Amino acid sequence: MSNTFQLEIVTPSRLLVKDAAEEAQIPGLSGYLGILPGHAPLITELAVGMITYKASGATHRLSVAWGFMEVLPDKVTILAEAAEHPNEIDVERAQKAKDRAEQRLKSGDAQVDYPRAEDALQRAETRLNVAKEK
Amino acid sequence: MANILDIRRRIRSVVNTRQITKAMKTVSAAKLRRAQEGAMAARPYSQMLTNVLKSLVSRADIYDPVTGEPRHPLLAEREEKSVLLIVVTGDKGLAGAFNTNILKLVSKFIQSKPDENIDVECIGRKGRDFMRRRYPVVAEKPSIEVAVNGETGVPPASQDAEVASKRAGRVQITGEYVGVLGKVDHNFANTLSENIIARYCRGEIDAVYILFNEFKSVIAQRLVAERLLPIKEIGEVDIQMAEEASLEERKQRIEAAKTAGVGMRPPDTSAADEAAAKFATMPVDYIYEQPPQQLFEGILPKYVGIQIFHALLESVAAEHAARMTAMDAATSNASDMIDSLTLIMNRARQAKITKEIIEIVSGAAAQ
Repeated sequence: MSNTFQLEIVTPSRLLVKDAAEEAQIPGLSGYLGILPGHAPLITELAVGMITYKASGATHRLSVAWGFMEVLPDKVTILAEAAEHPNEIDVERAQKAKDRAEQRLKSGDAQVDYPRAEDALQRAETRLNVAKEK
Repeated sequence: MANILDIRRRIRSVVNTRQITKAMKTVSAAKLRRAQEGAMAARPYSQMLTNVLKSLVSRADIYDPVTGEPRHPLLAEREEKSVLLIVVTGDKGLAGAFNTNILKLVSKFIQSKPDENIDVECIGRKGRDFMRRRYPVVAEKPSIEVAVNGETGVPPASQDAEVASKRAGRVQITGEYVGVLGKVDHNFANTLSENIIARYCRGEIDAVYILFNEFKSVIAQRLVAERLLPIKEIGEVDIQMAEEASLEERKQRIEAAKTAGVGMRPPDTSAADEAAAKFATMPVDYIYEQPPQQLFEGILPKYVGIQIFHALLESVAAEHAARMTAMDAATSNASDMIDSLTLIMNRARQAKITKEIIEIVSGAAAQ
């Protein structure tokens, strides 16, 4: 068995990553999953979080918000609703989104859609974290 | 006989116009190419999503084993009392009959449903202007704020419930989105679909149709009214009404595509499709982290979103193709006009010279 697997990350607008990875950490809906070559076939929904993968020695990071993953022994395919490389993240925007979401959560207004605001906050924070680790 | 100077001035003006139409054609061709690439890039995602859903259908018990009725509300058919129609047109004109044709089909569609209430969502300025002149707008619709990275500041449509009880008319406009077609954004499609699904699940609407210009390639285009909800069969488009282009139009398109250097055949996607077909459908025993049922329910709304996204992408490509064709026709018309004007001008000049000679000769003869 080879010591890498094929990693593909697909978003609605393009094929974002196509690489031979040695290992990957992926935010599943019920917790982070560490994937090594030869993993058992698995299907899961993804949460908001950071994808980390190692390819030819270098570590890559991406932010991801909702997606869907299929794991096969030699191939991992991720369908991500939104995924970005660290250098594509608009830090200022993410910061603004974070501030906005925090404000909404703090306001105590009955009109606020809490799950939605929490979601937005989480997305923004993930983006900022990923961007920091460039 | 017209003044030579006047004719010359007119020729110059037509030449200028031809230059403009030629430039617009080139621009449209470039935009068309980009739109086609965009549609291609979006393919793997939607294919894979569709495949996952298909394979989940068998595992997720979405149909009731006793009655055979689907358990998921988005799949269940109910009597159509009010329908939602999404109309996709362009933001700009100068695209030949592109917008007119779509709006004609809209009128036809509305006539074909004389008893149902129809809510209309307009995407594109041209369609909005047309619909506004005919049908009332329901006030205070939360506008969709288009964002690039996944944050959309859309308040949940809380007042929709009231709106449903007091309709502005049998046909009413419930939403309009202008300026979203410049750069088609998946987020916009998703937000729109979430909004629609929410209304559908609340029972305000019983079916959702999207009317747009389908674009497979420069030649293979038609206007379709596609039913988005309820979903009849995953992976199948449910076309309710279609209008093929006339032979004449098709000829014009081919002509325009040839001179602009745009490929006429749909790009080969078989390899990519094949790869996508394998996604999540391998004959192995998958570990499902979540129950298949839950996965299915998570993905199904996204499927609607991706369908809207696709309709938008195709419509944009079709709009550029239509503009390219229109501008090609305009350019060749301008050329014809220049030719005939030049002929008239030459004739006028000739006549003038002849007249002058006669004057000189007769003047000389008179002496």
